[in-house]
Amino acid sequence: MIIGLDIGGTHADAVLIDKDRILKQVKIPTDHSDLFSTVLEGLSKLTEGINTSEISRAVLSTTLTTNAIAEKKTDNAGMIIAAGPGLDPELFRMSKNYFIVEGALDHRGREIKKIDKNQVLAAAKKMKEKGVQHVGIVTKFSTRNPEHEKEIAALIAKDFDAVFMGHNVSGNLNFPRRIATTYLNASVYPVHKAFFEAVIKSLDEKGLKFPIHLLKADGGTMLFEASINQPAQTIQSGPAASVMGALASAPKDKDIIVLDIGGTTTDIAILISGVPVLEPAGIKIGAYKTLIRSLKTKSIGMGGDSFVRVEDGEVKIGPERKGPAMAFGGSSPTPTDALFVLGLASDGDKTAAEKGISEIAEKTDRTLIEAADEIFRSTCRQIIECADEMIDEINSRPVYTIHDFIESYQINPGLIMVMGGPASLFAPMLEEMSGIETVAVPSWGVASALGAGLSRPTCEVTFFADTERGIAIAPEENFSMEVKHNFVKTDAYSKACELLKKKAALHGGLMEDSQIETLEDLSFNMIRGYRSSGKNIRIRVQIKPGLMPGFESIAQS
Amino acid sequence: MKALKKTGLVFFPAFDWAIDPTHPEREERLLYTQDQVFEEGLLDIDGIIEYKPGMITDHEVGRTHFCLTKPKHVMTESHYISAGGAKTIARAFMEKEIDNGFALVRPPGHHAMRMVHGGRGFCNVNNEAIMIEILRSEYGVKRIAIVDTDCHHGDGTQDIFWHDPDVLFISLHQDGRTLYPGSGFTNEFGGPNAAGYTINIPLPPGTSEEGYLYTIQNCVLPILEDFKPEIIVNSAGQDNHYSDPITNMNFSAQGYAKLTTMLKPDIAVLEGGYSIEGALPYVNAGIILSMAGLDYSKVTEPGYDPERIKEDLRTLDAIKKTCDQVLQIWDMRDELKIKAYGEKPFYERSRSITYDTDGIWERQSEILRSCEECGGTFKIRSSSDRDYSMAGIHIPVGACDKCKEIGYSWYDAENGDGHNIVCLQDRPKDEFHKKKGNKK
Repeated sequence: MIIGLDIGGTHADAVLIDKDRILKQVKIPTDHSDLFSTVLEGLSKLTEGINTSEISRAVLSTTLTTNAIAEKKTDNAGMIIAAGPGLDPELFRMSKNYFIVEGALDHRGREIKKIDKNQVLAAAKKMKEKGVQHVGIVTKFSTRNPEHEKEIAALIAKDFDAVFMGHNVSGNLNFPRRIATTYLNASVYPVHKAFFEAVIKSLDEKGLKFPIHLLKADGGTMLFEASINQPAQTIQSGPAASVMGALASAPKDKDIIVLDIGGTTTDIAILISGVPVLEPAGIKIGAYKTLIRSLKTKSIGMGGDSFVRVEDGEVKIGPERKGPAMAFGGSSPTPTDALFVLGLASDGDKTAAEKGISEIAEKTDRTLIEAADEIFRSTCRQIIECADEMIDEINSRPVYTIHDFIESYQINPGLIMVMGGPASLFAPMLEEMSGIETVAVPSWGVASALGAGLSRPTCEVTFFADTERGIAIAPEENFSMEVKHNFVKTDAYSKACELLKKKAALHGGLMEDSQIETLEDLSFNMIRGYRSSGKNIRIRVQIKPGLMPGFESIAQS
Repeated sequence: MKALKKTGLVFFPAFDWAIDPTHPEREERLLYTQDQVFEEGLLDIDGIIEYKPGMITDHEVGRTHFCLTKPKHVMTESHYISAGGAKTIARAFMEKEIDNGFALVRPPGHHAMRMVHGGRGFCNVNNEAIMIEILRSEYGVKRIAIVDTDCHHGDGTQDIFWHDPDVLFISLHQDGRTLYPGSGFTNEFGGPNAAGYTINIPLPPGTSEEGYLYTIQNCVLPILEDFKPEIIVNSAGQDNHYSDPITNMNFSAQGYAKLTTMLKPDIAVLEGGYSIEGALPYVNAGIILSMAGLDYSKVTEPGYDPERIKEDLRTLDAIKKTCDQVLQIWDMRDELKIKAYGEKPFYERSRSITYDTDGIWERQSEILRSCEECGGTFKIRSSSDRDYSMAGIHIPVGACDKCKEIGYSWYDAENGDGHNIVCLQDRPKDEFHKKKGNKK
């Protein structure tokens, strides 16, 4: 049995799943001031009267770290940066305790300038005086040579509770994003760690013993224990949960638009042949562009409860929400009220809904039905336009090889899957307007919790070899080895796969049918003076995101 | 961080294309530039917009080149995408999506002439010229200036616009006596109908920041000011760098960034540059920041020492003399035609052209109609040791009625004697005509 728990804005949903069915589901209000008790209540209610020894894992999708960042309840982490030539690193300052020290590497990881130890020690001293306990260390090109970051860490580690290094964050190049991501790890660490310890302790006390996983923004899971060193990975897993929920019942032979229609916003995601599209560089959270792997989702301020009013003679919908629909006791008209007027919804106060929509009708000189129809159509049209823009954006992603240019896949959606409160009511209109078959996700009420529960562990390894320098490294894994001139791409590939399997085990188990997917596979002859001086090899492999094997039939129920 | 100017980028490093594995123009060439651009996070800057390159069509190639015997014979997919990258940037600029743009693409193009039998100086088709014909055909742009800052003379671009008074071509390069392709002297100032509108500024080996920027400030900018182009295109070759392995200049990343700030190109297209580690990553980062209006003062090569690469006084002196001479030619451009070419109804020339990359030797003869109203219709007969031969007739953009008439009468009269193929480029109608010759 598996538990999936998704904490949403208003409710937390939890499901207990057996091989072929949902055994139990609970819904409890989210207490944003105490997410810990929300999680615990969900787990307790779900496991009441259940033989918990049969539970193989529980997956949580929490908004904890996201909230901590949004509410600025993050620790005032310190940062030590070494940049060398390029953009002024002052531009990426994100903390009062942000220190730039001398030291530089080039694009192949060769040292241009040594780290200035005295500057590091002086920075550490200042941070200690200010009570900083968590520090991030980032140097430019550290993914090509982590030694400078390690050197700084060795100098200061003893003085602080936790030290985070940029090269552990991601194998991808992007210094500003590496700084932001490392900073987020350092700053949400205390909140995350306290939460982790409280959950483990409480479960122990209740005698509940099963592995706890957290859902990541890329739709994969990682063991709670593994997340301690990378807490930012669990940021914004909410949209991932709903996409994975839709994926459970998605046909594999189509490109699909997933629309999670909520009260305030509609989240849009794209599936290509059963695989969700990822954000190429990493997720953006508030002002921070990061290297955190994430599904590509786009949010439009358009949902069932969007505020509808007339401005300059035109009907405007959203993006703000002023409260529930008038049919449910709200004070301003919404698209949901339009559904009541059109006779598409009936489980609320139709008279109140009509009152709201009639205001709009009067101001725009229309009949009640005409006004409701326009509101509904306009809501659907804007959602479809936003999805179209997103597809155009993905289809026009840059390519760097002839092969990718010729082969670059063009998304052509053949199905829209909707989920969320008013999903089934919106589906027919979305289908009419887009001309694309539109279906509601089965058991959409708990699809997110189901998605969290069914997501499989994922991880990625970046491997870089430079045979002229005689080194190969996998920065995130703290792995390095010496290589000779006869080290070739296939050697690099098998080493990368070996590291990936090891990492997968740490992250929550390597599924028997886990597919290793190659994301990058390049080898360049380095020619100096018309002669080969070595090879520059770049490999990136991942465990493909997807759902747990053996649970295929469940989503159809 | 927000760019002051919206800058479009096409980045197409063609990681799977090379002339041959050890050639300077190979897969690895833009690898470290990509590393630097990605690591600096330049593509994340608000206002720097990355575009996916489009592909050029045969029709778009055909406006610029006579290909023997058709585009697919002289172009690989990479050439189609590289020129397509320049097209993508040009369109984004014309549609006002961006304030300026830079196509970092390979292979380069500025040695490709109007007639194309194969590769010359690592170039098969001319990316900028193809792009410029798009600007004229699709957007009606009239006056265009190209400033070629590649260390090698842009002889291909010069050839294509040789008879065109609406396209000002300025090339700054290492003196042709010391570097491929061996041309680009001040006395090459354009054909009879466009005398003065080709400007060559040969610089002595060893020219560094001071001399180069002096030339831009005191020679290039005043000429541009006079010409008043609607669009400035920069053929942004980066092989003037002090670490470049196949040239002898002493320019730097800071110098290139400052040059870009001074020149303010609307569109820059990458040309050569073969110091793939020591120069390209830093030069390209500097140019991108400069175009976006951002601070590039900290973009320097490891070990950059401006004193060590400074030119000596004699070099500076020679540069200043060349600049004076060039300005004189520019000022006298209206009298140049008669002085250099005399007054004739038709001008003929013949020459031979070497394709060093593909090892082809071409023989050409050309006849041009003297015209006061337009660039003048011309016909080129071309053959090579590869046994292909063509007669190509070109009716220029904005051709007068007489030139149009002559173009067609030449085409009709041409029986293809000794040629595989006879082609007519009718630029005013944007049409091409083609017929088989009698050569087997």
